[in-house]
This record gives sequence, structure tokens and C-alpha cells, in this order.
Amino acid sequence: MSMNEFYTLNVNGQSMQVQDSWVGESLLYVLRERLGLPGSKGACEQGECGSCTVLLDGQAVCSCLVMAATAVDSTIVTVEGLDAHGAELTDVQDAFVQQGAVQCGFCTPGLIVAIHHLLDENPQPSELEVKEAISGNICRCTGYGRIFAAVEQAVAVRKASHTS
Amino acid sequence: MIVAKNLDAALFALREHDDARVIQGGTDLMVEINFNHLKPTTMVSLRHIPELRTITRPDSNTISIGSGVPYSQLEIEPVASVLPALAQASRTVGSPQIRAAGSLGGNLGTCSPAGDTLPVMFALDANIHLQSADSQRTVSIHQFMTGVKRNVKRQDEIITAVDFPIIDGWQGYSKVGVRNAMVISVASACLVADHESGDVRLALGSVGPTIIRCRETEQWLKDNTSLTRNSVISPDIAREFGARASRECSPIDDHRSTAQYRRHAISILAARLLQKAYA
Repeated sequence: MSMNEFYTLNVNGQSMQVQDSWVGESLLYVLRERLGLPGSKGACEQGECGSCTVLLDGQAVCSCLVMAATAVDSTIVTVEGLDAHGAELTDVQDAFVQQGAVQCGFCTPGLIVAIHHLLDENPQPSELEVKEAISGNICRCTGYGRIFAAVEQAVAVRKASHTS
Repeated sequence: MIVAKNLDAALFALREHDDARVIQGGTDLMVEINFNHLKPTTMVSLRHIPELRTITRPDSNTISIGSGVPYSQLEIEPVASVLPALAQASRTVGSPQIRAAGSLGGNLGTCSPAGDTLPVMFALDANIHLQSADSQRTVSIHQFMTGVKRNVKRQDEIITAVDFPIIDGWQGYSKVGVRNAMVISVASACLVADHESGDVRLALGSVGPTIIRCRETEQWLKDNTSLTRNSVISPDIAREFGARASRECSPIDDHRSTAQYRRHAISILAARLLQKAYA
């Protein structure tokens, strides 16, 4: 297996070099093992669980199913690069903490990215829209009740910050 | 990795490298690679080719969808009102993350009998555009898919677009699986009722080595009814239509379901779709 791929990825606003890699490496692998960004989690490696969700050109995708070398000339945002507007946590992350939406935590980064993507496109989602938006993110601990509560809080916080 | 910026560059790369494989969204191919079932050497990325991401109307009766247009774009306008069955099928694919990456080219390239959009192509008699550096051809979907994960595409060809006829009538897609999201179909069906010709067309997924067009069931309906836009389907006709469709498929037992259940599911899906078409 030849390790002769060299390319540059734009991750979280920075140009990052990938050297001597194999062509078949997934974006998830490259982010975690080559670029020092372990926030995106690897679980199923087949697009079933959503724990590796990142934003690729503004779309939420499973980074385990993106061939990393095809992501050149694209904008990649991982959970580490979500804009917290100067605070320590983003509004969605803060809502997860406040509502106890985290148990083992393995699914959390993917859910945080998926929910940011939802709320950035649709600030007032219906219950069905929330369910559909996170239907690709599997959590085996919470039963989702507290995750929905966290989304509700994030929606309310954003609405209040717009009207104040 | 060859990242092609236009179609010609990709076609040239395929001609120069006979080990080359193409990748668009990667949602099928990367699973094979992640699980070490495939060790690619030369890859040609189609992600940055604008020609493959366009939706056009070559004439007033046809809509042509680029092979790389993601499912998330097929669920919404301008496709949803013209091809509602395709929009419905697209919305059942995987999860939002998968639908943001996957595309018709991938469904066709993989050619799984469970490919969600394939029954829509079979029911609408879609045409597949294939292009190589030296030639181009258009193949009917009925000739394109030849078996389980088999099709007539050559290594040096790229699936560029799928042409769907725009019909005056009703079309719908239904799928049975163990849950709503993230599910590979146990059985699926697409029904098209063409009000201009009075024809009803039915195609079934996940119940045979290829998608199955129910030609005998279609003919039986034509011989026993004279359908117009305002017809009503009696429960007896719907039940018999479903029963005939379930006899026309050839499902197997596998890890997702049994052949018996699949036949039952098809009889219900076909009957319901027919009644919905004339409701």
C-alpha cells in the first residue's frame, strides 16, 4: 500500500498539510490520527452512528465516509472549530451541559455538530424537524429526552439573543 | 488521488489508469475501504465536477439529474413537485448526513437491489447517460442493471446523468424497514399512474436480484380496468393487484428479512400505492 498522498485541507479556518498518507484514508482517520483533532469520534465506520459528524462545505456529513484526499478545496469544520463567539462553550454545548444531555459522551460531538447545522439553517425547528435532523446520530445512553431538552434550550437562548 | 475539476479531466484519468476507480460522495465505497474489503490504488474524485451537479430540462417532457446531485437536493424543489416518487425515495436514504453526500450515481454504480432510488428509475423508464473519453451512450435502466451489484458500466465510463420523463399523473414510493431512519429496505415499491396513457407501472426493490418491473401485473390491471384520472380502485382490485405483484417478485431469506415476509410486504405496498394513486 503506497503512502504517497500529499495534500492540504482547510480545517477550522486553518490550512493543514497531510503528508505520506494512503489514498483510502477517511477524513475521520486523517483528522484524528494525522491532524491532532480527536473531537470527531469513530465508532461504526459505516455511516450508521453519526459520532464522526463534521461540516463539509457547510453540510453535516459522516467524516468516516469522506475520502480525505477528496476534501481538498473544501471547508471543513469539526466540533473543535464551532464558533463559540468568544465563550468557552457554544450555546449548544452549554445547553447539553445544563440539561444533562451527556452520559457516556461518545455520541456528543457528532450531535453537537448536527444540531449546530440544524439551528444555523432553521432556528425554529419543529419537533419532527429536530428528530429528522438527528436521526443519523445514535445515542444508546440517554433515550434522547435530555438531548431534545438541550435543543429546546439552545433554540430559546438564540431567540432571546435575537430579540434582546 | 486525482481530483478532477471537470468531466474531461476525470474521463482522461480513467483512460490513462486502468486501475482507477471513481468516487463521488463515498457513502458506499468508503464502507468497503474502512472494512478492508477494498484496497484502492488510484482514485478519481468527482466531487468538484460542476457538470455532474446540475439539474436540467433538456425538453419539456424530461428532467435530467446530474449523477452527483446529493439526495438532500432531490428531496426539495425543483425536483420534489416534478418527481415526487424520487423525492420520497431520496428522503428514505440513510440519514441527513448520508443524504448530504450520496447521489444517484452512487445508487447506480453500486446497483444494490436495495438501492432506494432504483425502483423509481424502473417505474419511470429512466435513461442513464454514460460517458468515456472516447464515446458516450444512453442506456435504459432496464438494460443498465444486470444483477446483484452488477451493471453494464465499463471501467473507463462515468455515469453522468439520469433522464426522467415528466408524466401527467401520480407517482409514489413506499418502503418497509425496521424503523424510519437509517434503514436499508426490506422491501420497496414505486408506482406510477400515467393519466395520459392510462398505464400503471410498478417496480419493486429488495425482492430479487435486480429491481423487478411487474409487467404481468401491470397488464392484468390494464385488461381488467379502464382507468382514467378520476377512477376509484375497489378493494378487490387493489388486493388482487397486490397479490399478483407479490407473485411476480423473487425474494430470498437473508439477515434483513424472510422471503415470505417480503412477499407479504409487497402485496400490501402495491395495493396501498394503487389505491393512493386513485384516491
